Amino acid sequence: MTLNSALSAEHQRLYQDPHVIQRLLREARTIAVVGLSTDPQRASWFVANYLKKLGYRIIPVNPKADTIMEEKCYPSLAAIPEPVDIVDVFRPAADATAIARDAVAIGAKALWLQLKLVNLEAAEIASRAGLAVVMDRCVKIEHGRYQGRLHWGGMNTEIITARKARLA
Amino acid sequence: MSNKAETRKFGFETRMVHAGHIPDAVTGARAVPIYQTTSFVFDDADQAAQLFELKQFGNIYSRISNPTTAVFEERVASLEGAAGAVATASGMAAQLVAFLTLLEPGDEVVASSQLYGGSITQLVHTLRKFNLQVRFVDPSSIAEWEAAITPKTRALYGETIGNPRGAILDIGRIAALGASHGIPLIVDNTMATPALCRPIEHGATLIVHSATKFMGGHGTALGGVLLDSGKFDFSRYPSIAAPSAAYHDLRFYDTFGHYGFLMKARAETIRDTGACLSPFNAFLLIQGLETLSLRMERQTASALKVAQFLEGHGEVAWVAYAGLPSHPDHALARKYLPGGPGAVFSFGLRAKKGEGARARGRVFIEALQLFSHLANIGDVRSLVIHPASTTHQQLSDEELAKGGVAPELIRLSIGLENVEDLLWDLDQALLAR
Ligand SMILES: Cc1ncc(COP(=O)(O)O)c(C=O)c1O
Repeated sequence: MTLNSALSAEHQRLYQDPHVIQRLLREARTIAVVGLSTDPQRASWFVANYLKKLGYRIIPVNPKADTIMEEKCYPSLAAIPEPVDIVDVFRPAADATAIARDAVAIGAKALWLQLKLVNLEAAEIASRAGLAVVMDRCVKIEHGRYQGRLHWGGMNTEIITARKARLA
Repeated sequence: MSNKAETRKFGFETRMVHAGHIPDAVTGARAVPIYQTTSFVFDDADQAAQLFELKQFGNIYSRISNPTTAVFEERVASLEGAAGAVATASGMAAQLVAFLTLLEPGDEVVASSQLYGGSITQLVHTLRKFNLQVRFVDPSSIAEWEAAITPKTRALYGETIGNPRGAILDIGRIAALGASHGIPLIVDNTMATPALCRPIEHGATLIVHSATKFMGGHGTALGGVLLDSGKFDFSRYPSIAAPSAAYHDLRFYDTFGHYGFLMKARAETIRDTGACLSPFNAFLLIQGLETLSLRMERQTASALKVAQFLEGHGEVAWVAYAGLPSHPDHALARKYLPGGPGAVFSFGLRAKKGEGARARGRVFIEALQLFSHLANIGDVRSLVIHPASTTHQQLSDEELAKGGVAPELIRLSIGLENVEDLLWDLDQALLAR
């Protein structure tokens, strides 16, 4: 999966590993979305709404809102009173360093930076603390890629297999 | 080497037969099934609403997407190295969808003058109705391309292997020129197919195809496809980046990132023009794609043999095939098309005293036994046409010359027949009186 990434081949191997991505999507229940917008036409809203409809628990993190998508919104990761599996980041790449530290502090299992977001320092902070790290990838696109429906939009999923699909 | 399938880079031929299709979880059907249905049942009212708002992936109505068509789309996208694809009713539709998605009234296109005649007509006359203007340039002159670019220019357009004289587009240089002005290069890759050239690897942004030709190969189905490299920054393009009035103010580029252009092309342009591919035609074109590289390899090899034969024939005045060292773009062909510049080319019949070139062409065409006389290219059967007595018969000799179509010009599309049989046929027809 190398299409459209700003990462080097080595960093793609580390931070866009299809096995890690599939495991995270399979095992995660709770996803904190840092920078989730209140505007239903923004990318963050599309992604969080998609994941919520699939049954993931979505926790919005946005200091400027009380509730988004009928979910209580928190000003920071530290304020979330329950365990978080994936910290999904929709903030400028420079903010990811501090978010990575917060993700480590709350014991999240993974740090995920969305498409076009690259911050190697954040990746190192998180992976040194034992978190799985994904960068420059979209949670929704990756879910659609492996569950089979991204393909319906004519997109290049780069999945090549002669094995029968499993029931979604 | 990794033994994990997810990280292996599978080769072109493997993707030709597998990309875009995973055997169905329930039936296990190995061939691609034909989903011959106009519409798809929703899970519930909420899912229906979400689909219409593009908030979930899914099928609604086959004008917008269809599972059989999606296999064709993803397969071509994989072969071209594109982010994705939108299939269209024909090659002409693919071009129109590209322009209507990308451009706003008042915008301009700079295009190569060496194009399929139908494309020139579309650019000049049909685009004018949308208040879009085109400037044509000699594709071999980078200075002409540069001089034609104005602040209103929003796309550069050319064919990998151009009509009618087989001009080869210097994709890398023209794409770089476009990039330096923030303008995407659109390449019609019909004649080469991704088996011979993948323009995205050289910097092109959008690719259009008439799948009617070599992709299908069997001459049974019209179709087209539009692809996006996913690498171009469309943030300066109001058509892709600004809130869309046709889609309740959705900002396609912001919301869908490198899929923004294609999402807009599908959800708006295909939806509103109805220029979609039928699932049955998609199925037929998929059958063709499975043997694409094999056919291109053989047909291109045969084309070179035929071109060499004609170049040495006393009844032939000239041969325009970039696979021959005599062609002005031979070096470009070796660079961009190392497997050969395709299987379509033209040549000129030698003039005879007291015999007009048009009449000569008629005699030649009518003497051929194996070449099918028709208006298409890219079939597994060899094809021939004499534009001066058919597609261009209403034009005077002077007008023909302006379009680069000499009265003695014969266009061949070389098929899969035994090449010795093709040489025999051409020889006997060249000597016919
Ligand atoms: C190079 C080229 N582009 C586009 C087209 C248009 O394709 P279609 O006939 O599928 O609309 C053709 C042929 O007709 C062609 O030769």
